[in-house]
Amino acid sequence: MKEAEHQENAITASDLRKTFADIVAVDSISFSVKIGEIFGLLGPNGAGKTTTARMLTGVMRPDGGAAAIFGHDIVSDPIRAKQRCGVVPETANAYTDLSAWQNLMLMGELYGVPKHYAEERANTLLSALGLLERKDQLVQGFSKGMKQRLILAMALLHEPDLIFLDEPTSGLDVQSNHLITGMLRELHESGTTIFLTTHNMEEANRLCNRVAIMRKGKIAAIDSPERLKMAIERLHTIEVSFDPAGTDDNLASLQGIESARREGDKWMITTEDVDSTIRAICAFGAEHQLKIEVLRTLAPTLDEVFLRVTEGGTV
Amino acid sequence: MSPEHIIEQAKRAFAITKKDIRIYYAKGPVVIFGLFMPLFLFLAFAAGNRGLSMPFLISGLLAMTVFFTATAVSPVIQPWEAQARTLERLIACPITMRTLIAGDMFASVLFGIGIAVVPIGIGVILGIVPLHPFLLTAGIILASICFSALGLLLSTPATNVPSNIMMLSSLLKFPLIFISGVFIPVEQLPFAGQALAICSPLTYFTDIARYCIMGTNTFSLAVNFAALAVFSIVFTVLAIRLHARTVSRRI
Ligand SMILES: Nc1ncnc2c1ncn2[C@@H]1O[C@H](COP(=O)(O)OP(=O)(O)OP(=O)(O)O)[C@@H](O)[C@H]1O
Ligand SMILES: [Mg+2]
Repeated sequence: MKEAEHQENAITASDLRKTFADIVAVDSISFSVKIGEIFGLLGPNGAGKTTTARMLTGVMRPDGGAAAIFGHDIVSDPIRAKQRCGVVPETANAYTDLSAWQNLMLMGELYGVPKHYAEERANTLLSALGLLERKDQLVQGFSKGMKQRLILAMALLHEPDLIFLDEPTSGLDVQSNHLITGMLRELHESGTTIFLTTHNMEEANRLCNRVAIMRKGKIAAIDSPERLKMAIERLHTIEVSFDPAGTDDNLASLQGIESARREGDKWMITTEDVDSTIRAICAFGAEHQLKIEVLRTLAPTLDEVFLRVTEGGTV
Repeated sequence: MSPEHIIEQAKRAFAITKKDIRIYYAKGPVVIFGLFMPLFLFLAFAAGNRGLSMPFLISGLLAMTVFFTATAVSPVIQPWEAQARTLERLIACPITMRTLIAGDMFASVLFGIGIAVVPIGIGVILGIVPLHPFLLTAGIILASICFSALGLLLSTPATNVPSNIMMLSSLLKFPLIFISGVFIPVEQLPFAGQALAICSPLTYFTDIARYCIMGTNTFSLAVNFAALAVFSIVFTVLAIRLHARTVSRRI
């Protein structure tokens, strides 16, 4: 814990590079993840997310550049770097010939966790992740969601300060998904740094403090989800409908409105200044004795940012 | 204790040993390759060569069983783990390649030693009691280490298909049986055979077994033990180096 106090970054990557034959999987990327942050790595299939995560977890050796975990270089000081991480790899499995409990105890031993403490942690994690009744069953019989929850428990057994998760919720049902994201929130609150790759924009948007979007081995954009969304769309859309519906077209001439068009019984209004436009709409309703039925602002989604960035645009 | 301390790493290696024994050694190949194969080879050979003495056959059987068992699963552990998708998680743990190899090797050594009880037991039932039990025990331990290291060395090619590795190691293991004095004493081999025999670690263990069970030997005991020790060190160092290089290609 001591090093953490002196260090600002949980992860620092500089010019990290990995090639496979003639494919440049990760093309000299640099970024850092602050302690306590939830950092999301997004990108289309084959962008290099998994390769990046593998280099940071010491599973693959970078061809160039360097990475440090809490100040420990992952190549020259791998044991100390790995000691402080928990890892949920993309295509990982627990040992199917062992029980959930045995898998957890194995992790405890591999991370040097004292036995009694490992047992206590295992009980806590298994019950938090809804696996306590199945703890003595072989993993062979577990469903995909149960396996993934177990793998998360295995990653958390030694109470890591940093956890890597490569698509932790892909292909899981709502319940498993909830349990896992709930656990991630709790970890975040207790100060654990989280590095996450995902294809789920909604999840990234809700969970992450900062996201990086990768494209063809490079980082195309990196910022907080809100700022990324703001950056792609100067104009905001406001949707409004009145009762009675058939109002005159004066609405379009209100101050600050760029455009207004009818869509069914609704108006779609675009504006630069959300605040004053909403006020103007309210005043307009009052003046013409119209009841506002629906009023909502449609901010650009992270999906749109993602598509824009990965299609080659910039933010 | 800091995680890279040798005692801490040794504990973690032992955790790997425990896992290997639980998972891999409970499976079929060890029993088949380690016990039945030598037993059938031995029976076929004994049936065709009635002139050979029982102590000769028992010591040959012992050498073969230890050799086959110690090299049975160690070569396929890593391909197996890669295929089962447990390897990435394992190498993300704070353990060195040395620790990983040591853990896998120790599991293999324990089985090599354990299986030796079977041929020795058969011998004792047939009235053949080892003349030098302590030397024999030392020989079995050293040979198990040596053969396990050889097994691990055989698994360094980065293929994830366990049967490929099994085939490769069988291609090496069967010829070794014939040039290592198991069936034909080294003295009776042609010169080329003798030259090859010197290169085979199995030769030295067979010789130790012969000495301890029937009292005859081709090389001196010191040469036998030294040769096994040198082979063990060379195989282990090479296995660690090569695995460190190839392991990430399995993922
Ligand atoms: N072990 C490997 N051998 C050869 N090429 C590889 C290997 N691993 C990854 N690649 C290549 O590197 C590129 C990046 O792959 P990576 O798995 O990092 O992408 P990703 O962003 O995780 O994709 P996905 O969203 O599909 O998981 C791809 O072109 C892939 O084919
Ligand atoms: Mg991936």
